[in-house]
Amino acid sequence: MFIKKTSDIKPSEITSETNYLNRRSFIKAGSIAGGSLISDATFGAIIPRSQKSTLSNVKKSLFSTSESMNTFKEITTYNNFYEFGTGKSDPFLNAKEFRSRPWKIEVSGHAKKNGVIDFDEFMRPFDLEERIYRMRCVEAWSMVIPWVGIPLAKVVNYFQPTSKAKYVAFKTLKDPEQMPGQKSWVLNWPYREGLTIEEATNPLTILAIGIYGKVIPNQNGAPIRLVVPWKYGFKSIKSIVGIEFTSKQPKTSWNMSNPREYGFYANVNPNVDHPRWSQSMERRIGNSIFAKKQKTLMFNGYGEHVAHLYKNLNLNRYF
Amino acid sequence: MNRSKPISFFWKPLVFFICLTPFLIITSNSFGLLGDLGVNQVETLIDHFGNWALRFIVIALAVSPLRKITKWSWLSRYRRMIGLFAFFYAFMHFLIWTVLEKELNLNNIIEDIIERPFILLGFIAVFLLASLAITSFVRIRIYMKGYWQLLHNMIYVIGILSVWHYWWQVKKDITEPLIYALIIFILLFIRIAYYQKNKAMSQTKD
Repeated sequence: MFIKKTSDIKPSEITSETNYLNRRSFIKAGSIAGGSLISDATFGAIIPRSQKSTLSNVKKSLFSTSESMNTFKEITTYNNFYEFGTGKSDPFLNAKEFRSRPWKIEVSGHAKKNGVIDFDEFMRPFDLEERIYRMRCVEAWSMVIPWVGIPLAKVVNYFQPTSKAKYVAFKTLKDPEQMPGQKSWVLNWPYREGLTIEEATNPLTILAIGIYGKVIPNQNGAPIRLVVPWKYGFKSIKSIVGIEFTSKQPKTSWNMSNPREYGFYANVNPNVDHPRWSQSMERRIGNSIFAKKQKTLMFNGYGEHVAHLYKNLNLNRYF
Repeated sequence: MNRSKPISFFWKPLVFFICLTPFLIITSNSFGLLGDLGVNQVETLIDHFGNWALRFIVIALAVSPLRKITKWSWLSRYRRMIGLFAFFYAFMHFLIWTVLEKELNLNNIIEDIIERPFILLGFIAVFLLASLAITSFVRIRIYMKGYWQLLHNMIYVIGILSVWHYWWQVKKDITEPLIYALIIFILLFIRIAYYQKNKAMSQTKD
């Protein structure tokens, strides 16, 4: 009865953004690279201000999946970003006027280098990489998203954490004037997330600043967000203004709001159900309405890179 | 009484058409005519029918109190139709969940009903609504005599179960289920108030 007209073309083929593959124009950025001291960056990331702008000097990565990607429209109109409302299309509708520049990030805690850094300065020591990752939401849907970002491990190393730094805590901007969702009491603002230092320095973990080779749209967490592909989506905190190296496990927003349902680790795990729904299957967004759901993979299919982090952890208890 | 017939020939189909509108809209969206079903089509369909089922349950519950307050006796003529639409939307909600979400996997469906309290609540609500829909025919009503009213008072239980089902399903933002819960509470309160008043009046007569 509800037959939505579908074509045989894969979503990735439809969305083949023209600029996306044609950005092989290598700009000499030597002057910028020369400016940063402790950095092995070849180019140094320069992030344009306009969200329609194409990012240059983006390396491909072996960590990328070859699965067909979701369309730009799917990735940017179906979001959980409660700062802009709890509906899936609210972020797309309410984040249009959000000012992602000027933007400052405060780095604090147990690290040799601390301080409030302008976003452009923050990015400069690093080279951009494309990472096409699966994204599994705790709500049992998933997407494949071509992020552009920088490995968090490089950022962590850059700030030289001390031996006391066991965790990395992140904070989202709190600005109810710009983020109308923060006027509601649905979560305890600002949104907080955290990783162990081992998770933060795992090669898979990135800070993303782009999608489909372009500057990341506001609704996806502009100007900079975390992406941890083996964990449920809510761990990948958006619009980051604070990074803190801590010795104790930081408080995280969903865990604070409902510790029975959301743990600190939040690793994708088909064997540990959410108290109210099964996590064994997932719906891949963009598939036909009659398409079968697919099996959710342990650690979202990234086990070979991350399983060792949890070999001594009871995953039923530390979910 | 004589005037009611021509009115109902006009009004009843009109009310029927209005009640059918949410179905017509989502059907046209399913075929991409007026809009679309968004990125997660199955979720959109399930939410749409679930929301409208709850709205019609609330409307059905509101008919009697509204009639008593406004003295518009004609309101009760639409109660059965509204109740049947509540069942229709609840059944569509259930059907799409069964076919598109659970992919007709019976083991999976039974497991969900047993293991997940919010699904069990919804399942009971649909089951009860079905029993009201089946017994909504005039002949059955006459046949059932006093039991009919007893059974159909279940609509309040259905209303509470439905809101409860919705409340437990949402991840965090309980604003909407809270609004439905308040409306149902007020309607129930009005009915109890009328019941007490009638009881008091009949006692004073004695």
